[in-house]
Amino acid sequence: MSSLIAWIIRAIPFGTIIMYGAMGETVTEKSGNLNLGVPGIMYLGGFAGFASAYFYENSVADPIPLVSILLTLFCCIVASMLGGLIFSFLTITLRANQNVTGLALTTFGMGVANFFGVFILNGKAYSAAPMANAAYIRKIPVLSELGIAGQIVFGYGFLVYAAILLAVLLHWFLNKTRVGLNLRAVGENPATADAAGINVTKYKYLATCIGAAISGIGGLYYVLDYNSGIWATTGQIEALGWLAVALVIFTTWRPLNAIWGAYLFGTLYWLYQFLPSLMGFTVASYVTDLIQMVPYLVTIVVLIVTSLRKKKENQPPEHLGLAYFREER
Amino acid sequence: MSNPVKEPFLRIVKRDEASIARKILVRIAAILFALVLDALFIFFVTGLNPLSVYVVMFQGTFGTSIRFSWAVRDLVSLLCIGIALAPAFKMKFWNIGAEGQVLMGALVTALIMVYLGGKLPGTVLFPVMIVTSIAVGAVWGLIPAFFKAKWKTNETLFTLMMNYVATSFVACAVNIMRGQASSLGKLNMGTKIGWFPQFFGQRYNINILVVVILTFAMFFYLKYTKHGYEITVVGESENTARYAGINVSRVIMRTMAISGAICGLCGLLLVCGRDQTISTSTAGGNGFTAIIVAWLAKFNTFYMALIAFLLIFLQKGAGEIASAYGLNDFASSIISGVILFCILGSEFFVNYRCIFRAGKAAKKSDEQ
Amino acid sequence: MECAISLKHVTKTFGSVVANKDVSLDIYKGEILSLLGENGSGKTTLLNMIAGIYYPDSGEVWVNGKPVEIRSPKDAYNLGIGMIHQHFKLVDVFTATENIALGLDRKEAFDLKEIRKKAQAICDKYHFEMDFDQKVYAMSVSQKQTLEIIKVLYRGADILILDEPTAVLTPQETEKLFRVISNMRDDGKSVVIITHKLHEVLEISDRVSILRKGEYIGTVDTKDADESILTEMMVGKKVELNIERPEPENPVKRLDVKNLSVISAEGIEVLHDINFEAYGGEILGIAGVSGNGQKELLEAIAGLQPVAAGGSVKYYSSEDGKGDAMEVIGKNPRVIRNAGIHMSFVPEDRLGMGLVGSMGMTGNMMLKDYEKGKWFLTDRKSPRNLAEQIKEELAVVTPGINTPVSRLSGGNVQKVLVGREISAAPMVLMTAYAVRGLDINTSYTIYDLLNQQKKKGVAVIYVGEDLDVLLALSDRILVLCGGRVNGIVDARKTNKEEVGLLMTKLRKEGEKSE
Repeated sequence: MSSLIAWIIRAIPFGTIIMYGAMGETVTEKSGNLNLGVPGIMYLGGFAGFASAYFYENSVADPIPLVSILLTLFCCIVASMLGGLIFSFLTITLRANQNVTGLALTTFGMGVANFFGVFILNGKAYSAAPMANAAYIRKIPVLSELGIAGQIVFGYGFLVYAAILLAVLLHWFLNKTRVGLNLRAVGENPATADAAGINVTKYKYLATCIGAAISGIGGLYYVLDYNSGIWATTGQIEALGWLAVALVIFTTWRPLNAIWGAYLFGTLYWLYQFLPSLMGFTVASYVTDLIQMVPYLVTIVVLIVTSLRKKKENQPPEHLGLAYFREER
Repeated sequence: MSNPVKEPFLRIVKRDEASIARKILVRIAAILFALVLDALFIFFVTGLNPLSVYVVMFQGTFGTSIRFSWAVRDLVSLLCIGIALAPAFKMKFWNIGAEGQVLMGALVTALIMVYLGGKLPGTVLFPVMIVTSIAVGAVWGLIPAFFKAKWKTNETLFTLMMNYVATSFVACAVNIMRGQASSLGKLNMGTKIGWFPQFFGQRYNINILVVVILTFAMFFYLKYTKHGYEITVVGESENTARYAGINVSRVIMRTMAISGAICGLCGLLLVCGRDQTISTSTAGGNGFTAIIVAWLAKFNTFYMALIAFLLIFLQKGAGEIASAYGLNDFASSIISGVILFCILGSEFFVNYRCIFRAGKAAKKSDEQ
Repeated sequence: MECAISLKHVTKTFGSVVANKDVSLDIYKGEILSLLGENGSGKTTLLNMIAGIYYPDSGEVWVNGKPVEIRSPKDAYNLGIGMIHQHFKLVDVFTATENIALGLDRKEAFDLKEIRKKAQAICDKYHFEMDFDQKVYAMSVSQKQTLEIIKVLYRGADILILDEPTAVLTPQETEKLFRVISNMRDDGKSVVIITHKLHEVLEISDRVSILRKGEYIGTVDTKDADESILTEMMVGKKVELNIERPEPENPVKRLDVKNLSVISAEGIEVLHDINFEAYGGEILGIAGVSGNGQKELLEAIAGLQPVAAGGSVKYYSSEDGKGDAMEVIGKNPRVIRNAGIHMSFVPEDRLGMGLVGSMGMTGNMMLKDYEKGKWFLTDRKSPRNLAEQIKEELAVVTPGINTPVSRLSGGNVQKVLVGREISAAPMVLMTAYAVRGLDINTSYTIYDLLNQQKKKGVAVIYVGEDLDVLLALSDRILVLCGGRVNGIVDARKTNKEEVGLLMTKLRKEGEKSE
């Protein structure tokens, strides 16, 4: 029982990281932009958030947690949006290939984060922002102490709940608002959207940059909450970024599905550690390496099944990955 | 008389095929622009004179013969994957899974090296390794191709996921092979069984030779063979291909098998000819970088060699700056990122023309 | 009359192609204006500039007496201009209501129920039927067009532009559409119809403006016009359809099609129990409103279309037409082609089937027999020679035989395509829309080529759009209607009315013509 609880308590934060990444990418992809730079953007967001927390804590005598949260969120969003802006400018204005630009952005983002990260590390193996970490992991008071249920449901930092709220908000935005409808039209059929008087370029820019900002928060959550406010040179964020891309497919581009999808991915990711002890047997460590492929296999299966069923509503936005040029003949 | 609304400030018009001179000029301008951006970056971070930094960068590749040899080694590793991707991309099949295909090739090579190393004579061992690495790479490429051909399953995302499945397999195998040790050292360290022999005093000559042959062979394959022709037609329009009696599914699967096979072979080269060991980072992101290389070179293997050289030169140079000025290796990711952005963006100026508002106004007044 | 829109000296070029040259045109308030011209005469481009899709290189657009700049479709909407494009601008996965709501002005509250109510009011006014919850991908072509019209009216457009609205409609649907258009005119709106069908022009419009090769030719009142005047303006000189028609010499049976049915991927029966024979030395014309199974029929014979069980196509390849027949159904397209059955299908975009846009003429010549090269290599010499030959014989205008064909003009692209198929010395030559968008002279070159093939004893199957040409060129005409053979008539004895009737009305009693 206790290991089941531990499992859930590990799975939900893990899911939250990729949930942000996936929700951001969903917004981006709804505009028809396939941004494979999600890992790079999560690096940028995570690092910018950490760096601002680090400098704030080390330069102010008496740092205030709330200021730290606002500052880190602000820096994270600005940095991520800059990443999104690079992608937007190259693919929307200059009509460069989206896949290739995205991959280059991943390289670039990882480079920037780790390059400047080394300056902060300054020779140490890692450096930390404990105060920001404390602010981010602060559980919901009172409720989180209500036994096991309280622990499972209320025992996380605020970004976990913000993610769920955001998913609901995005669902409402995409399906119930004028701008959401227009955005979906841009991704499905930009020529139609254009003919209807929608500014395709503006929508694509905004969706990509705002999507990047949301994805970037995933990186921030990873560093300041999940990873205990510790920055170290790492390749972990890249793997998380790709998992976020996978999650977008898994959810069939629906933010509400991202909630349970992300937690399922989290559960699957920690499968290797908790399942054996839960079932009461031990497995060799090499088997756990194999179990780690499960989330990816599940995504592949979803990909195949949706392509088999050919249900129109479950397909990627029709114009995903293609540049739009009005005077194309 | 004043117009209520003005003509758009900037209009973009598609241009007819640009002249070769323009194409070359645009690209050179892009690289120069990138170098200026990078110089600014270096200047602000280090405060050093960018020109002297570029001299140091030059040393990274050409400084000593051993550095040059390393640069060539890395060049051929990257180029080999680029060559593998060329046919798939020419067919407009987005094979983002080179990383995984390379890993799988490397994995079987390593396994055979370790477990059959002492049991088979060298003359048999190498052919077995070559055949299995190629076969496994081909299968790894074939799986997403099969689903693409049959049900149009999105290959970009499928191949991407396959990378991580491959990583898991490698992690598992490495875990078994290292046993209690903290890390897996060089395989067959004592016997050197399964290592490529050195000759002409160079460690990487076999790798270089194989990749040079592949460069020519792939160029020839795409340009002069029936298969190459089919790939072009399928990439251009599946309808036309079907109309010509080309079996589109078969071409997709065959081409991806070839693409995967060369990736598998690359895995073998990395294990036998470069690392003599295996890890989850054996491919080292080259699978992704090679996509950019293949795309920018428009699938021409000789251009690929040029672009791969440029990237490796930058990587090595950045590494050199890093050690000379106490920075770190990640500078190379930033510098190559900037270069890639600039080259990608420059394509626009090859394909489109901009017309500014003043242009039309000027033309009007000319006419009056 | 007051002008709703005036175009003044408008020019638009695409690369080196001049689509519109110094065009000036007036559209009055409360009239139906037809914009008439052959395919490729620049009609669509011209009106796309009013609709904000293209921006003119030079010239001015005046709306309601004021000069305006229409930089985007949004500007056009704000000026009360709505265009219904030939390829509908609808989002497939959206419902009808969502499509109407798309891009609406921000001042209005976003309330799909309210939008639906207002759209329903428009439907009631003009007698449309529309299921507002239906997704577009589940709609028929005519439903989609209705939705487009509702969309434009919803935005309060006073000027409606319809691009080839009848191309995909049945006669009944066309009639209904025309009633709607008349209603709108009576309502004070201006309607512009782009078309190349003369009888429609005469039936519906108040005035006709004619474009030819991108240039404005003139405008006439419909009441003063007849078919010959319009044709003359459209094509430049009076067309005496003087197509040669040699008598078939000793026709031998080449194709015997029996019980051929085709079910489309969507489960619709697009061909039903087709039976006919084709003979060497004759031209068999196939007439029908586009989309009545022509494409599927040709593709089925060429091996590109799966056929329902029971269908058979026998092919007699021996010189005298006797001896064993080959069953075509179930064979690979390449096998069929190598046996001597060739098809050239000119699709709407001209490149989608049969040609590879990025390759030059040489590369495209290779398409059909690239596998004849030695060993695993392609043979490059004979295609190059063939390309030179076709360039010479058909006067293809191209900078070089290696220039990508996507850069050639439509007519030249077609010459390349048809030339290649004919060059292979087929026994059966199927062509569809071979003169689509070609000027008169080039069309005649193509007719000559077909007649030459006929004289050589080739069985020619010619799918065409223009009835006059079909009647003048063919020996027999097979009329397709609703995926059925609605009659096979002798082209020398029949007339336009008879064929026209067969095209639009299924003969069998008790069958609904759809």
